[in-house]
Amino acid sequence: MTTSPIAAPRSRLEPPPLPRRDFLGLAALWSALVTLAFATVGALRLPRAAVVPVPSRKFRVTLPEALAPGDAFVPPGRSVAVFRDADGVYAVSTVCTHLGCIVKENGRGFACPCHGSTFARDGTVTKGPAPKALAWLAVTRAPDGGWIVDEAKAVPPDTKVRA
Amino acid sequence: MTGMQRFGANLRAVPARLKGSVVRTGTPTTDRSRSSFVFGNLFLHLHSVRAHLWTFRWSTTWGLGIMALSAFLVTLGTGILLMFYYKPYPEVAYWSIKDIHFVVPTGRLIRNIHRWAAQLMVLVVFVHMARVFYTASYRKPREFNWVIGMGLLAVTLGLSFTGYLLPWDQLAYWAITIGANIAQSPREITDAFGITAWFDPGGLQKFILLGSEEIGEEALIRFYLLHVMVLPLALAALLGVHFWRIRKDGGLARPADAERRLGDAGRSVYPVFTDAPQKTYHLAAVVRGTSPAVGRAPERTVPSMPHLFYAEAAVFMLTLLFCVALSLVSDAPLKEHANPAVPENPAKAPWYFLGLQELVAYSAFMGGMGIPLIVLLGLTLIPFLDREAAGTGEWFGGPGGPALVVRSTAFGLGAVLAIEAVAIRFGWIREWWPDAPQLFITLVNPGTLLAAAYALWSIWCVRRYDSTRAGALALFTCFLCGFIVLTVVGVHFRGPNWGFYWSPAAWPGH
Repeated sequence: MTTSPIAAPRSRLEPPPLPRRDFLGLAALWSALVTLAFATVGALRLPRAAVVPVPSRKFRVTLPEALAPGDAFVPPGRSVAVFRDADGVYAVSTVCTHLGCIVKENGRGFACPCHGSTFARDGTVTKGPAPKALAWLAVTRAPDGGWIVDEAKAVPPDTKVRA
Repeated sequence: MTGMQRFGANLRAVPARLKGSVVRTGTPTTDRSRSSFVFGNLFLHLHSVRAHLWTFRWSTTWGLGIMALSAFLVTLGTGILLMFYYKPYPEVAYWSIKDIHFVVPTGRLIRNIHRWAAQLMVLVVFVHMARVFYTASYRKPREFNWVIGMGLLAVTLGLSFTGYLLPWDQLAYWAITIGANIAQSPREITDAFGITAWFDPGGLQKFILLGSEEIGEEALIRFYLLHVMVLPLALAALLGVHFWRIRKDGGLARPADAERRLGDAGRSVYPVFTDAPQKTYHLAAVVRGTSPAVGRAPERTVPSMPHLFYAEAAVFMLTLLFCVALSLVSDAPLKEHANPAVPENPAKAPWYFLGLQELVAYSAFMGGMGIPLIVLLGLTLIPFLDREAAGTGEWFGGPGGPALVVRSTAFGLGAVLAIEAVAIRFGWIREWWPDAPQLFITLVNPGTLLAAAYALWSIWCVRRYDSTRAGALALFTCFLCGFIVLTVVGVHFRGPNWGFYWSPAAWPGH
């Protein structure tokens, strides 16, 4: 469609038409911004690797014969307290639910060295800032008679495994 | 003259010509050459050519800003030297620090200087903020520079935090653990609503910080990158804006009657307008705003070269001297190698974070994220909420004045001591009411109550004195009192299992 070379005089009140040069400029600017935005969204995925190597957190425990009912056994280098009583064997995580320090068994329960939370023997919070009870962890019987504890798998409290 | 003669002459003239090509204006002996000495130099031209005499009063700044910058420059220099030997990998990081301490020539001194300068920087940044606040120097047109200052405070604390993680000793490992779990602490809220499975910003923050589910090499390299690259660059950029804005905002804030209070000081030192003028003036352009009246223009100013630069150099040298002296008598600590199975007891952060640790011991989310964010936001908003003019550039200036500061100190100390005493003596909600909902414990704890008490006191002061500056004075003073008391409690009165002890001598043995 072509316009007549002698167009009617435009009203002063009408907004001036967008010149082609401005339109191209704006289009280029917005294309660049949108591209940049998409690139940024893509790059935001960088800090989170698709595959994260995590060492197996299952380990084997041999309970000492003399472990009295209600006494905690902490396998060396692990953050778990394993108990044995008449109902069976169970494991309570010793990672504080507050900020991740390792709580220490003190005969009455657990105490956290970092911010003073205390827990009963079954892991429930008795004092301090911890928001949750200590997790109970999955325990299974190993074929050779030992016990396998999985630190990565929580189970409901009072889950005890019979020998 | 033969070619060889010209060559010889040029060779002899090299030192003078080299100097002349670098410094174009020659010895700064006249007003003109002093000015071009400043604006002809990339680094110096962040300063204005002349500085007001008010700037040079001891009590105007106590040199704190330059002291903080000096401490930063010292950490920058020593930090680069430390990077020659430090290895950011868990299995060797600790041993590389040991090497720096025992094997590398001067390594121990350089690490000590780095550490002391960092500590000094944190301290001075806090005191500098208090100086700017109490002299009401954040006001228009300096609001934005106060905001930049808040950014600098945050980056400084970030640098300190990432710095003490690098040695991979017990302090480092457990600080990373606690820091990462504070990043995860929004779970305290999402767990309370039972929505963590679908909406878990806490878990995401922790993962991004650690780069893994576990604390290991990914976490260390991230903190190393933040410490040696990201945060220093951010700090440098913010510092550039901070200094540039000082000049663009008209130099240091001074009271309206500064001229009168300076009396005759410097009246005759550098007269700009003399009785027999050598120059004439003409109107170059019509611009907006006020312009100096002809005849009494920059009279109470002196050239920045030498007055300002010599003062700044003196502060730098004193800072360096202080760091070196401390480094000769006191070694930077290095604890045992990181042991993921056994935290220290008590596991204490460096002093500047122990106030936070005290708050975190009441609630991870409110103490570690909620209250610090509220405080930072509140501090940032100060210049936008207090738009008054009275008292600018004056210590404890504004309605209420020193008396209000004394009263707020009493209130601030009283409130924090009372709440701490109750929490220490009688415990807190969990001990009184074991089945209390977690959300209630998170929201109502000594930290949040203290923040609320301070806010109420501040609002009362706004009404009582009919002044927003009075409210700001009250709130900032309370904040300082709370910060100091919580820090002292954390440093001195907390022992094993974060229990309360009157002195470390009373700690139970192992």
